[in-house]
Amino acid sequence: MNGVHDMGGMQGFGPVVAEANEPVFHERWEARALALTLAVGAWGRWTLYASRYARERIPAADYLRMSYYEKWFAGLATLLVESRLVTGDELANGRAAPGTAKSTPPLRADRVAAALANGGPTERAVADAPRFMVGMTVRARTMNPLGHTRLPRYVRGRLGTISRHHGAHVFPDSNAHGLGEQPQHLYQVRFEARELWGETGSGAIYIDLWEPYLEPG
Amino acid sequence: MSGHDHHHHHGGEGQDPPSDMTLRVKALESLLVEKGIVDPAALDAIIDTYEYKIGPRNGARVVARAWRDPAYKARLLEDATAAIAELGYGGRQGEHMIAVENTPKVHNLVVCTLCSCYPWPVLGLPPVWYKSAPYRSRAVIDPKGVLAEFGLALPDDVEIRVWDSTAEIRYLVLPERPPGTEALNEDALAELVTRDSMIGVARVSPTRAPS
Repeated sequence: MNGVHDMGGMQGFGPVVAEANEPVFHERWEARALALTLAVGAWGRWTLYASRYARERIPAADYLRMSYYEKWFAGLATLLVESRLVTGDELANGRAAPGTAKSTPPLRADRVAAALANGGPTERAVADAPRFMVGMTVRARTMNPLGHTRLPRYVRGRLGTISRHHGAHVFPDSNAHGLGEQPQHLYQVRFEARELWGETGSGAIYIDLWEPYLEPG
Repeated sequence: MSGHDHHHHHGGEGQDPPSDMTLRVKALESLLVEKGIVDPAALDAIIDTYEYKIGPRNGARVVARAWRDPAYKARLLEDATAAIAELGYGGRQGEHMIAVENTPKVHNLVVCTLCSCYPWPVLGLPPVWYKSAPYRSRAVIDPKGVLAEFGLALPDDVEIRVWDSTAEIRYLVLPERPPGTEALNEDALAELVTRDSMIGVARVSPTRAPS
């Protein structure tokens, strides 16, 4: 979706302000919100892409106003209800519905280190040969899907050059919506800054794009 | 940048009433524990990992090793995931790593314009500015302006390459080794390497920055 999360190339947000000696978390609730998101994710009820899409669906004005971990918390609440792990009433009341059987958490403390160390690799074997080769000119498609996509607006319709083939990876546009992994070839594409921004551009931008986002240039 | 309050610092009750977010997150955690959806000890273990165990010191070890060991540097640039795993780092948000090398003619800068993708196993969790609208919006259209705000001015003949982390590939900048550090061992070199230099918004200084 053409959401406000797709920020590349926007202007007017002001200078980048870095905090010296910034702590990992500014408040304890931020740490708990991060940990809750990771721990509930272990249920496997939604994918990484679905969790990003949940945050992208935060209304635009709220998205810009909220802090980072407020967005994570809002996304988690959305996912919990949509996946039926929690009902809307339970979320509002803060209590389990009467008679609810207690579950067993899938992620126990003694398994955390291994789970984080394993992560979730996204490369997959596919039968189809890649359509594009390193050095080929490609054009990022002009498309405006309402669902989740990782094709930023600022490269759509622009010409770039394939700089690397990453193999095939899980496709976010399907996997965010319960439509399976549908792995697709993934390429690193170099766009000249002038192609994207005109005469004032300098240097280059490299973006990782899946094959369905690209057409021959 | 938002103000910081310090309720519940080290778990204790402060003078001020707890914030709205403190209450809301606590309520959700209570509900999820009551339903058996999460184990509170697992939450503690996750937080402990990212607060104390995984951070930019990991990436600094990788950079220092690459500076001292040409064979390791070659492996890092060829297959960063495997080379980083040699030092014992890997996993969530670092499953597929690529290292990009700064040279006198090329400067690399990493961003995630769509969200906040960042190489957790080598840099830990991202700082607030990396996740902020000003950085996400301008890193791709005005990298020189962004670098200037970090106090970094590059000569005009240096090509800036911006890496937008749109997929599950995570990028680590291999900064230039500063002059005058030839005699330093790996530990001393690692002390010089900052988080910002591995994102690409700073160079590495030949003397240790005050921490």
